[in-house]
Amino acid sequence: MEKISGSQAIIRCLQEEGVKIIFGFPGGAVIDLYDALMDSDLINVLVRHEQGAVHAADGLARVTGEVGVALLTSGPGATNGVTAIATAYMDSIPMVILTGQVPTALIGNDAFQEVDIVGITRPCTKHNYLVKDAKDLVSTLREAFHIARTGRPGPVLVDLPKDVVAKMVDFPEKKPIRMQNYQPTYEPHPGQIEKACKKIIKAKNPVLYVGGGVILANAHEELTELARKLNIPVTMTLMGLGGFPGSDPLSMGMLGMHGSYTANMAVAHSDLLIAVGARFDDRVTGRLDAFAPHATIIHIDVDPTSISKNVKVDIPIVADCKYALTAINNWFNTASDFNREQVAASHEPWLATIDEWTKKHPMCYIDEGEIIKPQYVIEKLDELTHGDAIITTEVGQNQMWAAQFYKFNKPRQWATSGGLGTMGYGLPAAIGAKMAFPDKTVIDVAGDGSIQMNIQELATAKQYKCPVKVAILNNNYLGMVRQWQELFYNKRYAGTVMEVTPDFVLLAQAYGAVGLRATKKSEVEAVIKEALATDNTVIMDFAIAREECVFPMVPAGKATTEMLLV
Amino acid sequence: MKHTISVLLQNKPGVLSRVTGLFSGRGFNIESLSVAETLEASISCLTLVTRGDEAIIEQITKQLHKLIDVIKVSDISDSEYVEREMVLIRVKAEAQSRAEVLRVIDIFRGKVVDVSPRSYTVEVTGSASKVQAIIDILKPIGIQEIVRTGTIAMARASKK
Repeated sequence: MEKISGSQAIIRCLQEEGVKIIFGFPGGAVIDLYDALMDSDLINVLVRHEQGAVHAADGLARVTGEVGVALLTSGPGATNGVTAIATAYMDSIPMVILTGQVPTALIGNDAFQEVDIVGITRPCTKHNYLVKDAKDLVSTLREAFHIARTGRPGPVLVDLPKDVVAKMVDFPEKKPIRMQNYQPTYEPHPGQIEKACKKIIKAKNPVLYVGGGVILANAHEELTELARKLNIPVTMTLMGLGGFPGSDPLSMGMLGMHGSYTANMAVAHSDLLIAVGARFDDRVTGRLDAFAPHATIIHIDVDPTSISKNVKVDIPIVADCKYALTAINNWFNTASDFNREQVAASHEPWLATIDEWTKKHPMCYIDEGEIIKPQYVIEKLDELTHGDAIITTEVGQNQMWAAQFYKFNKPRQWATSGGLGTMGYGLPAAIGAKMAFPDKTVIDVAGDGSIQMNIQELATAKQYKCPVKVAILNNNYLGMVRQWQELFYNKRYAGTVMEVTPDFVLLAQAYGAVGLRATKKSEVEAVIKEALATDNTVIMDFAIAREECVFPMVPAGKATTEMLLV
Repeated sequence: MKHTISVLLQNKPGVLSRVTGLFSGRGFNIESLSVAETLEASISCLTLVTRGDEAIIEQITKQLHKLIDVIKVSDISDSEYVEREMVLIRVKAEAQSRAEVLRVIDIFRGKVVDVSPRSYTVEVTGSASKVQAIIDILKPIGIQEIVRTGTIAMARASKK
């Protein structure tokens, strides 16, 4: 068999897996790999900070469903990526992170730029490897991709010592991967499906509670079919937005801490909660003993550890969401002893109650003349992009307003750091998304605090002609923490006042991007239109109502029905 | 409640740290842990003793199973099982107490594995409670050093 270098083998593995773009930052330990990249057709995006590389790969993965790939050097290169790896892990995003390592002979010697990245990332990767022997290189990379994209997806890190990558290796043909110790369950148990379906028929007040698992499993069509067929209202988690059309009359929007009044009331009054690809996060449940207290709970999840972790589940279904929902839909299509119209009609009184909640407390804000309300900016973004843009966000108020006021009608148009809540996620993720879909409008909804955490990636956007748009909802505060301080800490704004922020218009210009500003409501529309029409990276700086809060809000530790409202 | 969990895992570097890291990271507790390779050199068997209510034990077994390098997890305290622990005890044995120490060792079916003018080193195997019992009895005589292996356990074979 013809031998090729380890670097070439790695690149061939990436090509074999369908990778087209990788994000990275070079260094001594990966210089061979970078050298080999020059001779390949892979697009190699040089970011300005390793965190940006991993977030960009994550953004690409979320919008495409493919495995994102980042390449970092050893030591500080690898540790700089850790926050972004943890971000992907918390949100179950399929990624492979390649890190350089010092030569095997130096491992453990405190060598220059050496760090035990396998040890460091053990709790924030789905799995990780240190390749000590060149003959394991190809099989390890293949296994890494297999693990990253199957079952509950997640990031997998492969640490590559410099000498291993330099060795000559065989490149055997790829065979289907079978791992004795890793066999995720895809098919649901038929008995559990039948049990669940029989419960669904009997329910008077059912609710579908949909998480990111539906998007990861590409199960949005099956979910939509089920909801519409049986007339079941749907609420989504932050990660689940787009899993069901946000404009559908059955959509109640997001639930939880900043969810809609309707969604939280519906869950609290439901007699059957059908959780699909969601994990009963504390931001969703609020006080646990008051969460869905009257409901029988059906839980579909590919990861058995998610089931009955926080909330005791009555009917667990361990399966891929797509397989499980297909099985449920099939059961309803073929079962003889039930009348679909009758079941759908029996939910009408429940839907009427839900309508009343929405009429009583719709998702809204108070208009204040020429003062720019952040919610208005998001509404305008939604309107002017026809709800069709890919939206990424930073973390905090900007993220919640984007989640509340943009109508996500399709999956994979929304990329946000849900589990870890990583400020600085949005801009690099937007670059990753835009690199994957150059023809789509990609907007990072940002705050003036978050955007500064990875602002350096403007240069990356510029270098790769990646015209992402950044909408900064600028209130000169770390707004979400300030909101908590206003509501629960007697307005003592400890460490949340951004007394100095850069002039974002000038800053954009310094990077060769375009900066636009709106300080009055009447200017918002023109700024957005100009940004969308500009074929360049654009920062839109919106001077918003400084002390606007995100409502509804369930204070931490309260029941989700105890909402603070507008 | 006390549970004894048996885990088959890949015999590779770093695998043990995945298991212990899981326990510390998720706030589970390990009372004892013992690990060595099986008949197949590429697979290790790890026995761990932990405590928790039903929900915690369920999470522990599921989380263990989720580790990629873990092949099989069984909570063997669910069924009939045998458990053994070994202890090495260096106990003070001077003229006046030498005979008494030997009697105690005999009662517990222990063995003297090393002798010095002032001490015996004793090997005892048994359930964790038996091991604890001999330690409690020898303590007043003067234990100089002890080393325990932690529990190993095996489900009983089917009687059918």
